[in-house]
Amino acid sequence: MLLGIYGLLSAIFFVAMDAVDVAFTEAAVGAGISSLLMLVAITMTGRNENTTRHKPISALFIVIITGGLLLYGTFDMPYFGAVEASINSHVVPRYINDSMQEIGIPNIVTSVLASYRAFDTFGEVVVIFTAGIGVLALLSVGRRPKDDDKIASINDSMSEQYLVVRIVTKMLIPFIMLFALYVQFHGDFGPGGGFQAGVIFAAAIILYAMLFGLSTANKVINQTFIELMAALGVLLYGCVGIVSLLNGGNFFDFNVLSNDPIAGQHLGIILIELGVGCTVASVMILIFFNFAGRKELQNNNSNKNEESC
Amino acid sequence: MLIGHFNYWIVVVLMMIGLYIVIAHGNLIKKIVGLVIFQTSVFIFYISMAKVDGGTAPILADDISQYSNPLPHVLILTAIVVGIATTALALSLVVRIKEEYGSIEEQKIQSQDNLSQDKLSQENLSQDNKILVNQSQINQYQTSQAQENQIQEYQQDGKHR
Repeated sequence: MLLGIYGLLSAIFFVAMDAVDVAFTEAAVGAGISSLLMLVAITMTGRNENTTRHKPISALFIVIITGGLLLYGTFDMPYFGAVEASINSHVVPRYINDSMQEIGIPNIVTSVLASYRAFDTFGEVVVIFTAGIGVLALLSVGRRPKDDDKIASINDSMSEQYLVVRIVTKMLIPFIMLFALYVQFHGDFGPGGGFQAGVIFAAAIILYAMLFGLSTANKVINQTFIELMAALGVLLYGCVGIVSLLNGGNFFDFNVLSNDPIAGQHLGIILIELGVGCTVASVMILIFFNFAGRKELQNNNSNKNEESC
Repeated sequence: MLIGHFNYWIVVVLMMIGLYIVIAHGNLIKKIVGLVIFQTSVFIFYISMAKVDGGTAPILADDISQYSNPLPHVLILTAIVVGIATTALALSLVVRIKEEYGSIEEQKIQSQDNLSQDKLSQENLSQDNKILVNQSQINQYQTSQAQENQIQEYQQDGKHR
């Protein structure tokens, strides 16, 4: 819970630092999904901690020494907000001055993310996809038994208790999804893009799954379909790069996608953001479903044990 | 003059809090929380370096000439989402450890590992001993049988003669 507040606070901090795109992501991820996952994991592993620590004095000693050295290192760093800092030279003036002519998109963050550094972003997307596969491999519950009517009825009775929340959520979910789509396709002009949109879209589905039970959510959106979408997003992203290779450009050189370089850039960025959004949304949903499915399995097992006892 | 570095100090303090949690706590979930705090301090480091005096958010507009540095924003934007994915992976590992060991305290897991390893090596030893014993028994049995056979053959030979 505190971590959620921490995430929201750092999002506010990022707005103050003029990093609106980052703030957007942090607000969706840090304040929403990450604290949720943390809570699920804590309920699964128990909330009690052993009070014995490993030698806190020596740990503190190491930490103080490292911190002191780092503080000493900061004396050579440029001042906060300095214009002439070395980080602001090299490629950055080109991004700021020429990106309008070269890419034709007002949001510099998006044009750097999706065009100048598209290869880098491709790597990130693959990392997310791999993490999703990892969670699937570790926590996958296998095929659900067909005759879990009893569990479903328990879920129904649980969700019927929160009538107000359910109805409000039902009304909200379409708007959350609409907002996600807006963020997805408006990322060229304002803050937003595939990463944020994916997380917001996933949040809508997760909200639904939390209130109406996992089995209901699984009926609405099939897990196999989500797995397919996760792979499809990465595939779409990679294919855009390969198409630009086939058209005679470099990997992820969008200028050759169309007769007009600017139009080609637009097309490439939209497709890439779509791929990113697909992968991020489906991996997030996949992670949540697997955590929740595991939790349900544990509950069922403990119930069975109690009955047999 | 020193005030100009306060953003780095905040980063260092946050980073050290994260590091202390990772080192000093045995609970694996707490360790992950420490890692997340450490990670956020790196985010803040990048973003605060990208801030330029008098600059605005890096979205191009007509009457603005000074923008913040967009490059760190891009790096951190992707790093946040990657961070949550990898955190989820770490949490799932912890959940599996809890299922296998029944605990997420580092020391308990270590002691259980040691126990099972000891058991395993003891079992191996005893199995080896058993095999040795069996072999010697078989040898004895074989030799005794061979002797009996020889005796029987002699006796049969004697009868024929």
